[in-house]
Amino acid sequence: MDATLPASALARRSKEGPTPLFGAYGIVKRFGSFTANDGVDLEIRAGEIHALLGENGAGKSTLMKILYGLLEPTEGVVTHKGDIVQLPNPEAARRLGIGMVFQHFSLCENLTVAENIALVMPKDLSGRALADRIARLGIDYGLHLDPDRPVWSLSAGERQRIEIVRCLLQDPSLVILDEPTSVLTPGEAEVLFTVLERLREEGRALLYISHRLDEVRRLCVRATILRGGKVVGACNPREETARSLAAMMVGSAVREVTPREGGAVGRERLRLDRLSLPAPDLHATALHDVSLSVAGGEILGIAGIAGNGQAELFAALSGESRAPEPDSVRLDGKPVGALGINARRRLGAGFVPEERNGHAAAPLMSLSENALLSRYPTASLTRFGLIRLGAARDLAKRVIEAFDVRKAGPDPAAGTLSGGNLQKFVVGREIQAEPGVLVINQPTWGVDAAAAAHIRQAVIDLAARGTAILVISQDLDELFEIAGSIAVLHDGTLSPAVPAGETSREAIGLLMGGSSDHAPPVADVAHPREPMPSPAHAH
Amino acid sequence: MRLDLVPRTRRSPVLDILSSALAFVAAVLIGGIAVAALGVSPTAAFVTYFVTPLSEVWSLQEIALKAAPLALIATGLAFCYRANLWNIGAEGQFVVGGLAGGWVGVATQGAEGFTLWILPAMLIVGTLAGIAFAMIPAILKVRLGVSEILTSLMLVYVAQLLLDYMVRGPLRDPAGYNFPQSVGFDAAARLPYLMDGETLHAGVLVAFVAVVLATVVLARTLFGFEVRVVGASPRAARFAGFSDARLTLAVFAISGGAAGLAGISEVAGKIGQLQPEISPGYGFTAIIVAFLGRLSPPGILIAALVIALTTIGGEGAQIDLRLPLDLTRAFQGLLLGLVLGADVFARYHVTLVPGGPSSRTVP
Repeated sequence: MDATLPASALARRSKEGPTPLFGAYGIVKRFGSFTANDGVDLEIRAGEIHALLGENGAGKSTLMKILYGLLEPTEGVVTHKGDIVQLPNPEAARRLGIGMVFQHFSLCENLTVAENIALVMPKDLSGRALADRIARLGIDYGLHLDPDRPVWSLSAGERQRIEIVRCLLQDPSLVILDEPTSVLTPGEAEVLFTVLERLREEGRALLYISHRLDEVRRLCVRATILRGGKVVGACNPREETARSLAAMMVGSAVREVTPREGGAVGRERLRLDRLSLPAPDLHATALHDVSLSVAGGEILGIAGIAGNGQAELFAALSGESRAPEPDSVRLDGKPVGALGINARRRLGAGFVPEERNGHAAAPLMSLSENALLSRYPTASLTRFGLIRLGAARDLAKRVIEAFDVRKAGPDPAAGTLSGGNLQKFVVGREIQAEPGVLVINQPTWGVDAAAAAHIRQAVIDLAARGTAILVISQDLDELFEIAGSIAVLHDGTLSPAVPAGETSREAIGLLMGGSSDHAPPVADVAHPREPMPSPAHAH
Repeated sequence: MRLDLVPRTRRSPVLDILSSALAFVAAVLIGGIAVAALGVSPTAAFVTYFVTPLSEVWSLQEIALKAAPLALIATGLAFCYRANLWNIGAEGQFVVGGLAGGWVGVATQGAEGFTLWILPAMLIVGTLAGIAFAMIPAILKVRLGVSEILTSLMLVYVAQLLLDYMVRGPLRDPAGYNFPQSVGFDAAARLPYLMDGETLHAGVLVAFVAVVLATVVLARTLFGFEVRVVGASPRAARFAGFSDARLTLAVFAISGGAAGLAGISEVAGKIGQLQPEISPGYGFTAIIVAFLGRLSPPGILIAALVIALTTIGGEGAQIDLRLPLDLTRAFQGLLLGLVLGADVFARYHVTLVPGGPSSRTVP
């Protein structure tokens, strides 16, 4: 094992400061002809929360996976306290004290908290001993978990705690967090920040990956910014504005979303009348008496934490689930509750589901086939049952051009596009049809800042042309940016819509948490309620 | 040393073919070792298996006659399997198609006058019977959520026993000395031979047309698109407004109809009467053929020919070299395993990353 750094890495080491806890020097990772990381240097010191910023596709995930032993770099070295180390697998990374909290939880819904944790622990640690350690961590860090609750009954915040506890049980010196607040309420995020500060004070290093620049500015004093696989800057986020950080990530000033000025609101185009739907399966949410109304030119935002009935509401609107009473869903006054998705499309509605890969688009199929997917009922793409391949390609091309979709090759498989580009494609595919009613679930989920701005602007412009738009989103900033009025979905019940100008993030945040009477069942007397979002939360 | 697998962004047909060819070569090499271990010269075995059957007119016809039902059934199954529905009962649908179509042949035996309608009627009845028999597992699946894998498989035995009963009972040739077989069909109830004095019959053309038709349907029609989307991304298919239930019925009808047509083609072609055994397991072998051909109709045609070739070659090897017929079965299984394994090369960039395992430890 080499104890000394090669000259190339030495030259890249920063001259001042103590030896970093972990260093990555000259990291290059190629996938075929594509270079995901191109000479990346990163130094992480003990006792700091280091932010890693970048758009989707900037190479953050690749770098993270290299540090966690999931990928091996094509070139470059990783050091631990100045010594070069090899990380052939996550096991090796864990032995070096590297832990990771993934963006997408890998939990078994039907197992209990303790069982889920035991799955990844050494075999000799189980049963009572493990439950005790979970309880002790809970007391030490405020990560309260009931070891015997099944995971399906937990909120996203509680699920994330399982991931964090799993990680902390291995006493890591470096914790990598990938977009940790993306599924949390403002209140849950506050709890997380307290835990992270605590970990930092204990002298652990944290690598914090997030799109939310406010959080980064609040938590971190050092940030490394990636763009196109290269480090384009390092800064103290507290000395920057969210806007200047975003500009560094994108490489140019972020396009500002122009809000619509006043604008005439037309007649009612979409209406739900006391829509109730039973939960389709054990882990789904039933809808109770949901009523709403969207007029032409209006954007109604539905806020809420994931899993409170958003998917079920979307399915009821799109026709993927039929309503028990036909007139509980109306399009332009017509009862459509009993109609399928294509009949509703023919009445002028368009739909963008939350999940890009596998729901809005078939990832293994080409973009032109994906244009066909939702547009064949209305865009005359078939003749006598035969697909008009040329027409489908033309349609895809028009969407690609209008929405600046970046892709490799003339008609690539949808799954090969980056998240932001595929989202632009699936949103653009529906907007290009000039629908009278558009329903979008999580329009910019996991999408980079530039693409998100593009999509939001397109939605606002569509409303200006008279379309009634319903946006379901977990991102409050987004809703306040584009929606005229906002309602909150909690546990399958929709609050009355209020004009966005007459409410606040805090008021909406309270409703998202279920106000006061909708607390999740508390299994343990010692299990405290989470604090509500503090009014001091920077905004 | 380690293998890196990087997914390819697009599947290339050239690589698909190359990887299959590679798998075939590997299977032949491994087969050669097995043959040598049995004390037979691998070269002689290779000639008997792969060269002799291709060098004689009668064996070429035999290959085509064996490949035709395999290709026809497998093409129908490809619709099911593409849509992630598992019809394992093509053998039963084949038998029922042969039985029902053959019954028309038995009933019209000795008919005088205008008899041109008999053969088309047999083919239609056989196809419809195959469809009807496939509807049992399809409807059970759609209505009650019963696993189509189990029901379609179990119905194979029902079909076989039904045929057995019919040829021993109601359809037995009264003048047949109690042999369990029906009367021989009239010429009007037989598929015509393509060449005088040879064995090749029109059933081969039926299979070929079906393969061409299926290629067009899968690639160019909205229905083919529906089949592909339902299999690849079921939620996206629902988003596209495609109905699971309707598609389940449709693909079972296609695969059942193809198997039924293959069954009556075999009965009205090669056999010429009903008997207790009308299939040497075509319905099951066709499952292998469908996957060997990667569920694409042209690939299935090639796979059916390869399987037919090894079967005919295996018969030759049994006679000439005293190699067991089980060796042929083992070879076909080996070939399927290798072709599916070689898919890795078509789906991923495979690179060998140098560096000994010793350097991969952690301090």
